Amino acid sequence: MSGFGAILRRDLKVAMQRKVEVLSGLFFYLVVATLFPLALGSDLDMLRTLAPGILWVGALLSSMLTLGRLFEADWQDGTLEQMALTPNNLSLLVLAKILAHWILCGMPLVLMSTVLGILFDLPFDICLVLVGTLLAGTPILSCLGAIACALTLGLRGGGVLISLLVLPLYVPVLVFGTGAVESLASGLGVQAYFSILLAMLLPALFFSPWACAAALRVALE
Amino acid sequence: MGSVFRFASPQAFYRLSGQIIPWLVWLALLLTAAGLWVGFFLAPTDAQQGEGYRIIFLHVPASWMSMVIFLAMAFWSFLGLTFKTRLSGMMTAALAPTGAIFAFLSLWTGAMWGKPMWGAWWVWDARLTSELILFFLYLGYIALTSAIENPARRDKAGAILSLVGSINVPIIYFSVVWWNTLHQGASISMTKAPSMAHQMLAAMLLMALAFWVYSVAIAFYRVRTIILEREYGASWVQELYGV
Repeated sequence: MSGFGAILRRDLKVAMQRKVEVLSGLFFYLVVATLFPLALGSDLDMLRTLAPGILWVGALLSSMLTLGRLFEADWQDGTLEQMALTPNNLSLLVLAKILAHWILCGMPLVLMSTVLGILFDLPFDICLVLVGTLLAGTPILSCLGAIACALTLGLRGGGVLISLLVLPLYVPVLVFGTGAVESLASGLGVQAYFSILLAMLLPALFFSPWACAAALRVALE
Repeated sequence: MGSVFRFASPQAFYRLSGQIIPWLVWLALLLTAAGLWVGFFLAPTDAQQGEGYRIIFLHVPASWMSMVIFLAMAFWSFLGLTFKTRLSGMMTAALAPTGAIFAFLSLWTGAMWGKPMWGAWWVWDARLTSELILFFLYLGYIALTSAIENPARRDKAGAILSLVGSINVPIIYFSVVWWNTLHQGASISMTKAPSMAHQMLAAMLLMALAFWVYSVAIAFYRVRTIILEREYGASWVQELYGV
């Protein structure tokens, strides 16, 4: 477990030295969400119904765009190879990196959504459910994205490739994330959606580091 | 088991598949001819859809094959990762383009069927949407494997991706069904198909078999090409072709 904590602390510390990189994903989210009212018109009723979808897609894209630095820098300077050589379980170290990615990219998105909810004039309860689904859903995005990131490590055109690999896999998260808000708006319960999101999170947390570690070992060979 | 694994060596497989492929091609042609004949001349006209329904004999087998091939890719990937057989990666890579073509064919024929029957080329039905996402998964696999230069890494990365994809396919299908019932009110349902005449079923099964045999033949053919590409320097290839 010492390796897990060390990697997590290190990744957070390194990111704090390059704050702009961390913030750029967040600004991307803000800008994308701002573009929609400009494209669709400023009718608040319409925006209120579209907001959950817009915010979810924005969070999805932002989370995907920030995946690039998950393994790339460590791979280039050889840190990743050293990690694979340590007696630590590589899956566990990868899990620490995924967690760091979520803390740096996923959690700020969740917090930013509360502000964007106000911009789209969402009622308090809907805003709350939206933020809740993002809280449960964004870790799944980090987990799935990490697999694509490990598979495309060091390949030419890796960025576009990641989006091709990862966006189809994101579909269930998007469906249940936005579904919860829709369900609340039509007066139904939201508990089932949260149960399903969490039920997807657990296997993602378990299997994704494992698949990532396998893909990283392939890339390091 | 030893005798089965003998054909996991590219050299043995190359010889065997060379003998099998002509038979498979003829069988596929015969089955296609029989299936089309039953479908176009023997099957009765549909009471509701007229003659237009006959595209079902291409559409449904193509959809089936697109799903079966994804499963087959997962199967070979699993074998490749567990037994480290070189042939498995080649099989997965050889199946992917055929699977993508069948997924595309299924979407294409579906659109051509949908326009006269539903009045729209495309509706956001659960089956259509999940077939589209399956098509995207194929494209992702092909894009990833063609971006990797080193054959060993290509095979393993492809295997991991196709296994991850195959775990996700049922989840995606389930989520799309859920999404569909949520967003869409009373719409066209494809599940309430009227009970089918025997000839229709026969034609569909014949066409499915034909597609199946075609897929095996074309995949074997592609594997042979991949083997030659990778084993170019091997002595048996040089002997065979006198390079």
